[in-house]
Amino acid sequence: MTAVTTDPKVDKPDGVRSTGTGDARRRLPRIPDRIRQGGLPYLLLLPAVLLELLIHIIPMIIGIVMSFRQLTQFFINNWGGAPWSGLDNYRIAVDFDAPIGEALLHSFLVTCVFTFFAVGLAWLFGITAAIMLQESFRGRGFLRAVFLVPYALPVYAAVITWAFMFQRDNGLVNHVLHDQLGLTDQPSFWLIGDNSIYALIIVSVWKGWPFAFLMLMAGLQNIPRELYEAASIDGAGIWQQIRRITLPSLRPVNQVLVLVLFLWTFNDFNTPYVLFGKSAPESADLISIHIYQSSFVTWNFGSGSAMSVLLLLFLLVVTAVYLFFTSRGRKGADA
Amino acid sequence: MAAPQSFLWTRRIVLTLLAGFVLLPVYVMVSSSLKPLQDVSGKFQWIPGDLTIQPYFDIWDTVPLAKYFVNSLIVAGAATALSVTIAVFSAYAVSRYTFRGKRAFTVTVLSTQMFPGILFLLPLFLIFVNIGNSTGLALYGSRGGLILTYLTFSLPFSIWMLIGYFDSIPKDLDEAALVDGCGPIRALFRVVVPAAVPGIVAVSVYAFMTAWGEVLFASVMTNDATRTLAVGLQGYATQNDVYWNQVMAASLVVSVPVVAGFLLLQRYLVAGLTAGAVK
Repeated sequence: MTAVTTDPKVDKPDGVRSTGTGDARRRLPRIPDRIRQGGLPYLLLLPAVLLELLIHIIPMIIGIVMSFRQLTQFFINNWGGAPWSGLDNYRIAVDFDAPIGEALLHSFLVTCVFTFFAVGLAWLFGITAAIMLQESFRGRGFLRAVFLVPYALPVYAAVITWAFMFQRDNGLVNHVLHDQLGLTDQPSFWLIGDNSIYALIIVSVWKGWPFAFLMLMAGLQNIPRELYEAASIDGAGIWQQIRRITLPSLRPVNQVLVLVLFLWTFNDFNTPYVLFGKSAPESADLISIHIYQSSFVTWNFGSGSAMSVLLLLFLLVVTAVYLFFTSRGRKGADA
Repeated sequence: MAAPQSFLWTRRIVLTLLAGFVLLPVYVMVSSSLKPLQDVSGKFQWIPGDLTIQPYFDIWDTVPLAKYFVNSLIVAGAATALSVTIAVFSAYAVSRYTFRGKRAFTVTVLSTQMFPGILFLLPLFLIFVNIGNSTGLALYGSRGGLILTYLTFSLPFSIWMLIGYFDSIPKDLDEAALVDGCGPIRALFRVVVPAAVPGIVAVSVYAFMTAWGEVLFASVMTNDATRTLAVGLQGYATQNDVYWNQVMAASLVVSVPVVAGFLLLQRYLVAGLTAGAVK
C-alpha cells in the first residue's frame, strides 16, 4: 500500500486540498485522491457488498418474484416450479370485500392505530425523562440506569413477564384492578378479545420508550450550555427554557427518532408474537404477525410475499414523504 | 440555574411514576421466580408467602436451558463480531474516500435497515431449504444459517452507525499517519479504530442485544439442536400447566448477563449515539 504513495506520478503538486497551517510535513504537495486510493475503497467494501447481495438484494428479488407465483407448501422444495399467477396475489390482497383482503385491511388499520399510540407515548415518556434528567441531582445516575433496563432486557424475557402479569386468573393486573381496587365486576381477559390492543400498546411503550430516552439524552448533550446561561440572564424561567431552547434544539434528533420509532413499531414482530403467540387476537392483529401467519401457518408463501411487497411499498412512500417534509422544514428554518 | 419548586415537584412525581412503571415487571419477575408453583398458579401475591430457590434448579431440567444458552451465545456473538468487523472496513471506506457508487452503497444500506424482517424471512427460508436440497449444505436449521439471517439487521445498522462515528473523528489524524508512511490499513487500525472505541463498543452492544433478543428468525430457522433462548423459553408452558415460577427464573437468568453488560457499557452507548447518530 505504501508503494502507491511513493509512485512518481503522484508527486505532482496538487495544491487544491493543501492545508496551509501545521508542521512542514503537512505542507507537502497533496496526492490526488483518485490515484492515491486506487481500488482500495472497493476492496474495503467488498465483504459488505457481497453480504448485502446475499442477505438483502437477492432475497428481495426472490421475494418479488414469489409474489407473482402460486407458491404453496407443495412447492417449498422447488419454488421455481410454482405456477405463475400474475397479479392474482395482489388482487386478492387488496380485494377488501373478500375475506383475505378484508383481514389484511383490518390488520393494517390496527397496526396504524397501534403505531400511533405506541410511538406517541414512547416519545412523550422519553422526552419527559430526558429533560428531567438533564440537570444533575442526587440519584440521577441511578435513575438513568433504571430507565435503560427495559431496553437491555431481552424482548422475550420482558414480554413473557408482561404476559404473566396480564393473565386472567393469576396476573398482577387483574389482582390490582379487580381484587384490590374493585374497578371491574369480574377479572378481565387481557390477552384475548378487545382489551388485547391496550395490553400490546402498554408493553410496546414499556419496551420502546428507553430508546427515545437514550437518543434524546444524547441529543441534549449537544446543546451548548451558554444558551441556557444567556436565557437565564435574560430572565427566562426553566419552563420557558425548555420550551424555547430545549425543544427546538432537539428538532433534528426528533426527526430521526420519530422515523426510526415508526419503522420499528410498525414492523414489530417480537412483542406481539411473545405476548399472543402465532395468531394474535383480532383487536391486536399486527401486520407482521398477519403476514407470518399467512405464510407459515396457512402455508401460502405467494400471498405472504405479495403482502410483504405491499407493506414495503407503503413504508417507502411514508418514509419518502416524511423525509421530503422534514428536510424542507429544515431548509426553511435555516433560511 | 436554580429550578423553581414547581419544576422540582413535577420532576419528583414524574420520575417516581416512570421508575415504578419500568420496575414493575422486574419486581414481578424476581418475586415470582422465588415462589412455589402452587403460589404462582393462584392469585397474585405482592409479598411472596413461601420463598424457595427451587425454580432456579428446576429450570435446567425442565428444558435444556444450558444448550439454548450456548446456542444464543454463539449466534449472537458471531453475528456481532462478523457485522462489526465488516462494518469497520466499509465505514472507513465511505467516511474517508470518494469513489463512484458511494452514494448507491450508503442509500442501499440505509434503506435495507428500515425493511421489515418478515420481508427477508420468507425468501431466506426458501433459499436455505433449496440450497440444502440441491447441495446437502444444511443452512436451514443450522447456527450458521441463523447467524447469516441476523446480519440482515445487524450489518446495516453497524455500517450506518460507524460511518457517522468515523465522520466525527478528525481526518487530520489518519491523514497525518498516511503522510508519515503508514498504509491505509495501518492508519485504520493504528489511528481510526483506537479513536473510535466508544462507537465500536456502542455498535457491538447494540448488535449483540438485538441478536440476543431476536424472535422471528429464531422461531422459523432453528431446530431442536440449534434452538436459541428466544424460542426455548416457550418450553416451560406444557399442555396442562405453565411453570410460571420457572419461566420467571429462566427469564431472569438469561437477562442478567446482558443487562449487567449493558449497564456497564451504557456510557459508551450514549457517547457513541451522540457522535454517530444524533449529529
